Amino acid sequence: MITLTINGLQVSVEQGTTILEVAQFFGFPIPTLCHMEGLSPYGACRLCVVEIGEGSKSRLVSSCTYPVEEGMKVRTASVRVVRARKMVLELLLASCPQSKVIQDLASAHEVRQQRFRQEHEDCILCGLCVRMCEEQMMAHAIGFRGRGEHRGLGTPFDVHSEVCRLCGGCMYVCPACQLRCTYTEPEKAICGGCANLSPPCLVKDPFDDMMCYMSPCVACEIKQN
Amino acid sequence: MKTDEILGIVERHRDEQGGLIAILQDIQTRYSYLPADALRRVAEETGRSLVDIYGVATFYRSFSLKPRGKHLVCVCLGTACHVRGGPVIAEKFSALLGIQPGDTTADREFTLETLNCLGACALGPIVVVDGHYFSNVSTVKVKEIMEQTRAGLEKVGTKGDKRVFPVELSCPRCSHSLMDAAHRIDGHAAVRVTAAFNGSHGWIRLSGLYGSPVVESEHDVPADVVVNFFCPHCHAELTGAGPCPVCEAPVVPLMVRGGGVVQICSRRGCRYHMLDLESDIV
Ligand code: SF4
Ligand code: SF4
Ligand code: SF4
Ligand code: FES
Ligand code: FES
Repeated sequence: MITLTINGLQVSVEQGTTILEVAQFFGFPIPTLCHMEGLSPYGACRLCVVEIGEGSKSRLVSSCTYPVEEGMKVRTASVRVVRARKMVLELLLASCPQSKVIQDLASAHEVRQQRFRQEHEDCILCGLCVRMCEEQMMAHAIGFRGRGEHRGLGTPFDVHSEVCRLCGGCMYVCPACQLRCTYTEPEKAICGGCANLSPPCLVKDPFDDMMCYMSPCVACEIKQN
Repeated sequence: MKTDEILGIVERHRDEQGGLIAILQDIQTRYSYLPADALRRVAEETGRSLVDIYGVATFYRSFSLKPRGKHLVCVCLGTACHVRGGPVIAEKFSALLGIQPGDTTADREFTLETLNCLGACALGPIVVVDGHYFSNVSTVKVKEIMEQTRAGLEKVGTKGDKRVFPVELSCPRCSHSLMDAAHRIDGHAAVRVTAAFNGSHGWIRLSGLYGSPVVESEHDVPADVVVNFFCPHCHAELTGAGPCPVCEAPVVPLMVRGGGVVQICSRRGCRYHMLDLESDIV
């Protein structure tokens, strides 16, 4: 067992627990974006920052990836944390303002303005879809490619992947690409998904062994009736 | 693309942990780029997912997914070369070849690429063609470089280059000449010494041209192996000049007839060599 203080409350938890898990267990809210239960922690969005340590040694760490340490002092809502969190949200808004998830998070944290150059990215590189596809759908069909500003996401060679089960799981978890379900180029489409009730979901026979994230779904039911 | 060639490459790196980059490098050396089918094959053979392999292949600038030309022209656009006119040089190549950086000419002869700093800033602007460095390149020199490339850089490398000249070497211990007049490399008498590595023992002949990397040997010396050199006459080991500043393998000292010392690195593949005509203490 490891003993630590979180927002002044002394608690004991199992070794290997992350700060985020401890905070959630004891009811201290920490916003997250790239974290999802059932998927491995990734630490991409930095929204879950908390402050650890004291005085001049204090620093910000991403709570979803940071395992607890003996005697650690965690603050989940210090002035510094709140400022950093707002900045992260503002930057996320700048890169992907059309995302409902980000809009909601921003409004919940009182981010009312966005001072950076406006982009309209369709991906914030949070890696949720990659982990969903690999860890839950066992498909390993999509992944990151390129580097730096050219880093992006998709299937190898940008053609339809043979290992994709068209389960739609990636779209389901994506905070940014709600628009992607209306993909019009079947060659490049990552998944059909039931969100838009379009093939391949309705033409299900070739995809009988599909491992869908949603079961049963509307489309399946429509088909049965 | 030949399937068994890819298989062979994968097989060679089978027992290396994380040999993916080595595999991709070998494929790229063989085909000048990474063909899609080759990557699929590597995925099948190594059990890695294609998506990861694609991720690695697109991460590094040195890997190309598009076929490259016979000659690769790289213009440095790093900060130092940039201020010394790198972009103008790149434009000149673009105009002469009729392609943009990153593209390959229709006849598959040239690929033009730009890169950011080769660590030779003081000599900029730098252009590298097929591994040959050109320093202080001006727009006038661009045409010259193209002509030299078309004529074959290997030839130019040892003939026209003034930094490459014949030397006569002898053993620093017994002063016997190491020159082997009967055996010619690069058109000059070769330098013969005895070499030992990994339990093999045999002759090795180096080019008598200072600066030429050509080596012939009785037993094939694998890349990166450090070789122990011995004098074929007095059998003394040729060592004592300290570690190679490039790869830290021991440096081998050889005496130059008429005074001076040549030092060469004992690691196969390392091109470190140095000539010091003033010194004679080994
Ligand atoms: S639809 Fe395809 S890419 Fe998306 S999670 Fe499912 S298997 Fe992976
Ligand atoms: S596509 Fe969506 S889920 Fe995937 S990395 Fe981008 S933002 Fe995240
Ligand atoms: S639940 Fe049915 S319709 Fe929806 S994505 Fe899965 S297979 Fe397609
Ligand atoms: S939730 Fe922790 S970094 Fe995204
Ligand atoms: S900037 Fe060109 S070599 Fe450094």
